[in-house]
Amino acid sequence: MKQEIQCILKRYPHAGRDKLIPILQDVQEALGFISKESVVQIGEHLHLPASKIFGVATFYNQFRFEPVGRYHIQICRGTACHVKGSAAVLETIKRALKIESGQTTRDGMFSLEEVACLGACGLAPVIAVNGRFHAKITPEDIQGLLNTYRQKGESSDE
Amino acid sequence: MIKIEVNGRIIEGKDGEMLIYALRRAGIHVPTLCHLNDMFPSGACRLCVVEVDGEKNLVPSCSYPVRSGLKIWTHSERAVEARKTIVELLLANHPDDCLYCERNGSCQLQDLAENLHILRRRYIGDRNRFNEDISSPSILRDPEKCILCGKCVRVCEEIQGVSAIDFIGRGSSTTVGTAFNEGLNVSSCVNCGQCINVCPTGALRERNQINDVMAALSNPDKFVVVQHAPSISLTLGEEFGLKPGADVNGIMTAALRQLGFDRVFETSFSADLTIMEEASELVRRIQTNGPLPMFTSCSPGWVKFVEQFYPELLPNLSTCKSPQQMLGAIIKSYFATRENIPPEKIFSVSIMPCTAKKFEAGRQEMERGGIADVDAVLTTRELARVIRMRGLDMHKLKPEHADTPFGERSTAGKLFATSGGVMEAALRTAHFLITGKEMKDLEIKEVRGLDGIKEAHVTIGDLTLNVAVVSGLMNTRTILDEIRSGSRTIHFMEVMTCPGGCINGGGQPLNADIEAIKARMRAVYKIDKTEVIRTSHQNPSIQRIYAEFLGEPLGKKSHELLHTSYQKRTVLV
Repeated sequence: MKQEIQCILKRYPHAGRDKLIPILQDVQEALGFISKESVVQIGEHLHLPASKIFGVATFYNQFRFEPVGRYHIQICRGTACHVKGSAAVLETIKRALKIESGQTTRDGMFSLEEVACLGACGLAPVIAVNGRFHAKITPEDIQGLLNTYRQKGESSDE
Repeated sequence: MIKIEVNGRIIEGKDGEMLIYALRRAGIHVPTLCHLNDMFPSGACRLCVVEVDGEKNLVPSCSYPVRSGLKIWTHSERAVEARKTIVELLLANHPDDCLYCERNGSCQLQDLAENLHILRRRYIGDRNRFNEDISSPSILRDPEKCILCGKCVRVCEEIQGVSAIDFIGRGSSTTVGTAFNEGLNVSSCVNCGQCINVCPTGALRERNQINDVMAALSNPDKFVVVQHAPSISLTLGEEFGLKPGADVNGIMTAALRQLGFDRVFETSFSADLTIMEEASELVRRIQTNGPLPMFTSCSPGWVKFVEQFYPELLPNLSTCKSPQQMLGAIIKSYFATRENIPPEKIFSVSIMPCTAKKFEAGRQEMERGGIADVDAVLTTRELARVIRMRGLDMHKLKPEHADTPFGERSTAGKLFATSGGVMEAALRTAHFLITGKEMKDLEIKEVRGLDGIKEAHVTIGDLTLNVAVVSGLMNTRTILDEIRSGSRTIHFMEVMTCPGGCINGGGQPLNADIEAIKARMRAVYKIDKTEVIRTSHQNPSIQRIYAEFLGEPLGKKSHELLHTSYQKRTVLV
């Protein structure tokens, strides 16, 4: 992991703090999340304290600080989905998985992300699991959907 | 100076300075929660807004430059109404538990609500819900009470160069926190407490150890000993309405006895002891080409700063324990034997201007055989609280003398209260150790004053020493980087974590402005000027403890009790 980050940093020689966000984006693309280790290394490279980097990164929704789960759930919180009840769907997912947006379940199975719009307003409310869309989701659908994925995940473990 | 019109009268201002300064000089008070004097304005709280002729909107006076022809109303109905609304909005999600708050009576938000006559909750927001960070031995953080003024963040970054905390998140869910929301104890926080001193609310406070001390005082099996740091007698009075710099040494001693302490000692005594050891160490390093420059090690915030940011310079730190720890160690060894009290029965308390001293007292290096050198540390503020709790009237108590054998001090020991003081005291004794003679002029003016970086060239015999005195850790970064690159040669450097030294420590009375700090500093130098014993090596109690117990500076006993070592720390920096 350390080498991956160093590779990224090499692409930004003599960089100043204005390169922080592009670097964070590259790190997230490579690792799937922003790790503590990467923050330390970015800090050394840009001469920025860890708290500052964390502060900038948490300003933007796009950065996450835990690895994504085997099944990464994106829930659309765009206008159409909101009108069609995505807030209740989100609440249901959070409660079912006992995580907040941006977090990953302890078993590493699921992670949750709120996105502004998935571009499928006609299917509202919509969620995507590892890029696969599920249309017109209601809170009642959630438990079944999660169970299906969990079984799939567990059986592929064996 | 140019003239501007404020509220119908003419006041003077400097062209280009921020309006708020001109207003203050003219005695016109506009409130602010986010402004830090002489630092770049942040304009975050908007409470200092005023009405300016020709401007459509209200402008914040903290970040609006003075220019000629300005016409201003500071307390127009519109301006006051805007301020009131801001405070009402701040209160919308604030926990209303003022009665149970550390800062009840000293809270700037509470004051504003009172001054603006806010009598009901006009806006109802979701109350802030956060966990308190109680991980640090020095500083507790309650984000529920945070109003996001940002002063702690700025002081930590711009004055101390630490940046342990920053704004996390965005918009209404913004908080102040450490990287990855870790506990302060595993962050790069150096425990200095400067953030507490600027916090307008109860969001930051010291870890209170009053209960531990009270329990020991009421335990008949404990022999409770107290030491107070050089600066305490010069700042405690402010908590009781005295002018900054008023020396309440004797009265404080009387108060401490009334509280039930069995012995009252002065840390200034062990400051003298520190000087004996530290000056000897400096002389030895010079003679044996030991790692130079030597850095002082009395300030625990600075020590942690080196441990985590400049570990390669650890050999440059003096191995001397701080005066607090030296006296702690001596009390539980020499004093315990002399008085025939088992060390484990002694409860050793220190009164310090400092929150980092709480951390220092808990360091693993600062105990012997499972017995800590110092058991509890109270800040100046905590001592004032205890005195009030016990109903002692500081205006009626008769001054008393401290106890022997650690109540006798030189003025050199007292100088530890201020930036430059350790340097001056050490050079006085180093001069004597090297040449056998006293310095002609004991006062080294170049290292006095409130400048963040002070330098002097001092001649001792045929040696010329380059010395530097730094306070405010941001300033040390400049110098350390130069030392590391070899572009600056220094032999001896004193560092105090807080700007101006311990008189401005993170445990001192709140709301001290620059004038108060100056007055505290003057008081230190007045003591030095007016008393007779002005060097540590002339302190008779110091001479006695070496004759009876320690032998010689840097000797075997000293090594065991008075010196320590440091370690590289891995924290998220």
